[in-house]
Amino acid sequence: MYTTPSFADEISNEMYATGTRGLNCCIQCATCSAACPAVEFMDHTPRRLIGMINAGLREEVLDSNTYWVCASCYACSERCPKHIQPSELMYVLKRYSIWKNRYRNDLVGPDFSRRFVRTIMRTGKSYEPGYAPAFIFEGGVQGMLREMQMGMKLLAKGRIPLIPSRVKRLENFRRMLSRIVPLEGIE
Amino acid sequence: MKRYAYFPGCSAETVSASYHLSTVETGAKLGVEFQEIEDWNCCGATPYSNVDELLANTLCARNLAIAERTGLDVVAPCNACFKNLYQANEHLRADPDLAEHLNFALEADDLHYGGSTRVHHLIHVFVRDVGLEAIRQKVTRPLKGLKVASYYGCQLVRPDRADGFDPAGPHYFEDLMKAIGADAVEFPYRLRCCGASLMIGHRRAALAMVRDLLRGAAQAQADVIATACPLCQLNLEAYQKDVNREFGTDYEIPVLYFTQLMGLAMGIAPKKLGIGTELVSPKPVLECVARKPAAAAAASKVKVGQP
Repeated sequence: MYTTPSFADEISNEMYATGTRGLNCCIQCATCSAACPAVEFMDHTPRRLIGMINAGLREEVLDSNTYWVCASCYACSERCPKHIQPSELMYVLKRYSIWKNRYRNDLVGPDFSRRFVRTIMRTGKSYEPGYAPAFIFEGGVQGMLREMQMGMKLLAKGRIPLIPSRVKRLENFRRMLSRIVPLEGIE
Repeated sequence: MKRYAYFPGCSAETVSASYHLSTVETGAKLGVEFQEIEDWNCCGATPYSNVDELLANTLCARNLAIAERTGLDVVAPCNACFKNLYQANEHLRADPDLAEHLNFALEADDLHYGGSTRVHHLIHVFVRDVGLEAIRQKVTRPLKGLKVASYYGCQLVRPDRADGFDPAGPHYFEDLMKAIGADAVEFPYRLRCCGASLMIGHRRAALAMVRDLLRGAAQAQADVIATACPLCQLNLEAYQKDVNREFGTDYEIPVLYFTQLMGLAMGIAPKKLGIGTELVSPKPVLECVARKPAAAAAASKVKVGQP
């Protein structure tokens, strides 16, 4: 008989695919939450989020800011007594939410990530001034101006070049990426 | 002469040019040559893994494949570049299916990765391959009396790696600072995250994380924070004023790369080390270096005068 995987299975399967353990062995000890330096800014602590996933609370999980507040510092992964890697879980949830186009629209993270990826696909290298528009989502025009001020300070010290750098064999580079993902619309 | 395939990372061309300069300068003093990986590309940082894991690994694989042709080990000065290259390498070596898939993509740039490249962080190269004794011998202006908070950051030590360095209680950064004559103060937040790209993704969280680090350094009475990562340096230094504005604090702690401190101790001119492009003045550090020969001379005179 045909069945669809539960939300908890979907997420755990993604974890297995990255070579890490699934969430079903979580003992809810909260070591991850205690290790997290950004936990006070999360809607739900990492422990609670894992519990919510295992309980199948898909909408509540995707509506939370928790996984976009993760800075990928791996403190949780290093300490988990069950060798779950909560930092990988946060990556999985970010990818899942971008894939499903289902995340809170007051967050800067998704837009910034997409801008970053587009920049690399175009040029092969990162260029900071290109990300300033992401701030419109958080701080409005004021937020963007604030970022430009910082940019000017760094520019004055010669720490931001006016012309972005790019890889030399750009055509090959882009052909390489097109063998992994479709590049349509990224020019 | 030791040689490495050097992966500068995107920020070496922008905000952390001083890290790049000081790496090359101190390397030359110690007989280490950093041969830039030809036509390297971005390591993907964290945003790439946010969007697509396979793509993130592809970016790293291209750099590893280009480096493999030279037969040299890869060295990255940035914690995030190091972590990405190291992990992608481990994945590629352990997973033949992934390697086959990525090699199909690499063909488009006439490349193939065989899995023989090793990846190191710059500080590991200095501490392990060059060695503290060789460094000590090159020190002409020991940073006597300079209190340094040795800040590893997070991705340098995590997640678990088989590189022989203790991830939970490392001490090589402090050892290195002592080797150049500085006073390595106890800095409890040395392994805690600087906020990284949350400075863009969640400003308030990142500023609070930087505040905690600055508070820790201030409590340790550090004259300077030494970093081994461009993002740590940028967050701790360039956003220090923003932290002060947000939390009503008045921190003014210079943040330099460990290679800059090494260079100063080896008598390299500050300008050659990219010093002078900071937003928080490193004056206390430069004063310590400038004071040194005179103070040493005075001290030896006293000794001569004594019976």
